Amino acid sequence: MIPFIFRRLLISIPVLLTVILLTFTMMRMSPGSPFRTERKLDPKVEARMMEKFNLNGTIPQQLWSYCKNLAQGELGDSTQFRNRSVLQILQQTLPRSMLLGSISLCLALFLGIVLGTYAAVHHNAGQDRLAMLLALTGICLPTFLIAPICILLFAIYLPLFPVAGWGTPIHLVLPVICLALPYAAYASRLMRTSMLEVLQQDFVRTARAKGLSEKVVIYKHALKTAILPMVGYAGPLAANILTGSLVIEQIFKIPGIGPLFVNGVLNQVLCLFVCAVIVYSTLLILMNLLVDILYTVLDRRVKLL
Amino acid sequence: MTSPSRRFPFFRDRIIVISLGLLCLVVLTAALGPVLSPYDYDVISKDQFSPPSWEHWFGTDIHGRDVLTRLLYGARVSLTVGCIGALVSLIVGVAYGLISGYAGGRIDNVMMRFVDILYSLPRVIILIVLITIFDQKLKIYLEEFNLPWLVTNSRLLVLFVGLGLVEWLTMARIIRGQVLTLKERTFVQASRALGQSDIRIVLQHLLPNLKGLIIVYITLTVPTVILEESFLSFLGLGVQAPQSSWGTLLSDGAACINPVRIYWWLLAGPAFFMAITLLALNFLGDALRDKFDPRSHRRH
Repeated sequence: MIPFIFRRLLISIPVLLTVILLTFTMMRMSPGSPFRTERKLDPKVEARMMEKFNLNGTIPQQLWSYCKNLAQGELGDSTQFRNRSVLQILQQTLPRSMLLGSISLCLALFLGIVLGTYAAVHHNAGQDRLAMLLALTGICLPTFLIAPICILLFAIYLPLFPVAGWGTPIHLVLPVICLALPYAAYASRLMRTSMLEVLQQDFVRTARAKGLSEKVVIYKHALKTAILPMVGYAGPLAANILTGSLVIEQIFKIPGIGPLFVNGVLNQVLCLFVCAVIVYSTLLILMNLLVDILYTVLDRRVKLL
Repeated sequence: MTSPSRRFPFFRDRIIVISLGLLCLVVLTAALGPVLSPYDYDVISKDQFSPPSWEHWFGTDIHGRDVLTRLLYGARVSLTVGCIGALVSLIVGVAYGLISGYAGGRIDNVMMRFVDILYSLPRVIILIVLITIFDQKLKIYLEEFNLPWLVTNSRLLVLFVGLGLVEWLTMARIIRGQVLTLKERTFVQASRALGQSDIRIVLQHLLPNLKGLIIVYITLTVPTVILEESFLSFLGLGVQAPQSSWGTLLSDGAACINPVRIYWWLLAGPAFFMAITLLALNFLGDALRDKFDPRSHRRH
C-alpha cells in the first residue's frame, strides 16, 4: 500500500508541472495586460511593473522564474489587488467554497444513491421512469436557470431563505441545493445502472433464496457492492465541487474561489489564476488516489499495482 | 430472461422513434420558423416586455424583439454549435483513440498520459482561454482574407472548434479501450497475418466495429456541447449580441427576474425548447446504447 501511494505521488509531480506549464503559457499567450488598466499605463511604469512581477523576457524565462519562486513557497502577489498576496486571497476564499462544496457533495451523493436505488428496485415500472425523467431533466437544465427559479420560489414568493449572501447557516441552504441538484441527477443514473447489474448477480439470488426479506437483500447485501462505482464518481466530483462553482457563487453572491477562475482568465490575473488551477489539479490527483485506496478497502478483490 | 427481453426492446424502440420524431420537429421548426415569422430577430421595436399575445406568441424582450423569432433563430445557432462541436470532438477523439489503441505500447502510454493531464485541467477554463486567445486573432485573419460574412460569425467558428477540442477526451478514452480489445480478436489477427496494411485494418475492420459506440457517444456529446455553450453565454463569452442562442436567451431572461415583475415568457420558451431537445438526445443516446451494448440484454 505505502509503495503504491509513494509511486502515485511521484508520478503526479510531472503532471502538476505540465499543468503549470500549460496554464502559464496559455495565459501569457492570450491578449491583454495583466495589470488593472482603465487608462493606458505610462511605458516606464509598465516596464517597472513587468520587472516586479518577473514578466520580462521570453515565456520560458518567465516560467522558469515563476517556478523557482513557487518551489520556494512563494505564490507571488496578485497583479490586480494591491497589497494582497495570492496566499491571502486563497486563504480567504477557498474555505468558503470548500464548506459549500462539501455539504453539496454529501447531499448530491445521498440523493443520488437514494433515487438511483429506488429506481432500480422498481425497474421498468412507473416510479423508475419518473425518477429517471426527473434526473435527466436535472441534467438538461443549466444551473444558471435553476438557481434564479429557486430564489424566486423559496426566497421571494415563500420568504423562507435569504435571497443571497454569506454568513449564517441559513444562507447556505439554497446554494447547496442548487449546486447539488445536477450532480445528484448524474449520480442517481449511475447508481441505478450499477444497482441493476448487482441485482442480477448470484449472491443476490442466494440471499433471496435463503428467505431474507427484500429490504435486507437490497440494503444490506446489494447496496454494499452497488455503491462501488459511486466512489469512482465521487473522486473527480469532489475536486470539481470543492473548488467552487462559478455560477452558484455569482448568483448567490458568495465570495468564494469560483469567480477567481473565470475572472482570472478574463482579466489576466496571472499568479492568482495559476494558483487556483494548481489547487484544482492537486485536489483532483489526491481525490483519485483516495478513490483507488478506498476501492481496496471496500472491495478486497481489487489489488493495487 | 426471454419474456422481458422480448417486451422491452419494443419499449426501447418506441423511445428511439419518439426521440427522433421530436428532434426532427425541433430541427424543422428551427429551419422554417425564422423564414415564416413576420419579425426579424434583431429589429428593435417600441413595445418592451409585452406579454404573449396573438401578435407576439411568446411576447417581446427588453428591446421589444419578438421572443419566438429569436428563439427559433437561436435554435439554429444552438443546434449548429452542438452538432459541429460534437463532430469536431468526434473526429479528434476517434483519430486519437484509434492511433493510441492500435499503436499500443509506449506510444499508447505517452498519448494517454497526455489525455490524463488535459483531464486534470478545469475544462471550462481551457475553453475560455482558447476563446480569448483565438477570437481576436481569427477576426484579424479573416479580415485579411476579405471574408466579411465570416467576420461577423467569427465567434461562432471559435466556439465550434473550442467546444470540440475540449470534449474529445472522453471519446478518445472510450475508443482506445475498445480498440485495445478489438485488435486482439481473431479476425484482426487473421487479416494481419494475411499481410493487410495497418491503415486498411483500421479503416476496414476496426472502424466499422466502432460504429455503434460512435453513434451513441455523438448523441450524448451534442447535448453536452449545447449545455456548455449556454454556460459560456451566461459568462458573456458565447454568441455575440444581436445574434441569439438558447443560452443567451436563458441568461438574458434569468437576468430579468426580479421580485417586482416577472417576465416568465422570456424563460419559458427557451427553457422548454432546450429541455425537449436535450432530453430527446439523451433518451436517444441511452436507448441506442442499450441496443448496441450486448451486455445490456442481461439487464433488461
